[in-house]
Amino acid sequence: MLAPGTTVKVRLDWPETRGPCHIRTPHFIRGAVGVVERHLGRFPDPEDLAFARPAAVLDLYHVRFDQPSIWGEGKPGDAVVIELTEKWLEPA
Amino acid sequence: MTTLLQTDSDLLLAAITRLLGEKQIATPSEIAERIAITDAASPAQGARMVARAWLDPEFRALMLTDGTKAAEEMGIPMRGLPPLGVLENAPDIHHLVVCTLCSCYPRAVLGYPPFWFKSAAYRARAVRDPRGLLAEWGTSLPEGVRLRVVDSTADYRWMVLPMRPPGTEGWDQVQLSAIVREGDMIGVSIPSA
Repeated sequence: MLAPGTTVKVRLDWPETRGPCHIRTPHFIRGAVGVVERHLGRFPDPEDLAFARPAAVLDLYHVRFDQPSIWGEGKPGDAVVIELTEKWLEPA
Repeated sequence: MTTLLQTDSDLLLAAITRLLGEKQIATPSEIAERIAITDAASPAQGARMVARAWLDPEFRALMLTDGTKAAEEMGIPMRGLPPLGVLENAPDIHHLVVCTLCSCYPRAVLGYPPFWFKSAAYRARAVRDPRGLLAEWGTSLPEGVRLRVVDSTADYRWMVLPMRPPGTEGWDQVQLSAIVREGDMIGVSIPSA
């Protein structure tokens, strides 16, 4: 399990280009680097649940991103916090 | 026979209810119970939780660690729903909730989402230009307040616990809950006395 404070990178992946899918990782955050705030629990992968497929149970994290650096605008210190599953996170 | 008073949605509901019963997925009474729970959900439920949190430190602590349990303690049915997370505003931090992918919303405690919550404009601007969006709501954060936009993606539902406004000293739970609006618990606005 990832400890709070761990720096992570969201996978820069586009499953949408490979066929039908149900992705819960917003487009704008793919490839971005953030910091794990806390573990939110373990949940069946919604990407499989959406198709009634057997779903692996995944760790879910609240991950904080620097808001201005995502868009190149905004107020320093502001943040975007997103729930992301372990399969979308890799070491930064 | 279809009458003029029956709508397509009534017919659809009756047909699906019958099918779910025949396939033993859900009984008509289970469906009726769920409809009643959905209809009873409104921002007044969340407002009751906020007002109690302002008065009762133990309840506040429970709400922040386990929103679902806190809601159940207020008699709000949460069975089968995603966990409720509660985001605490403080003098130096303000939260704004959005679901950029769709319309995840804590319906059990806030009811149906307002139309704008589901709009493409709100969903895009809440993450890209959150302070501009707040300004259009007439919400200006004092200097030194950091903004945290919480993008809800699937497994949690989030509500904001706003700060108790000045001028409410000595108010009881009913008085306090009356000033808490839907937008205050999404984070687009801030309650005032």
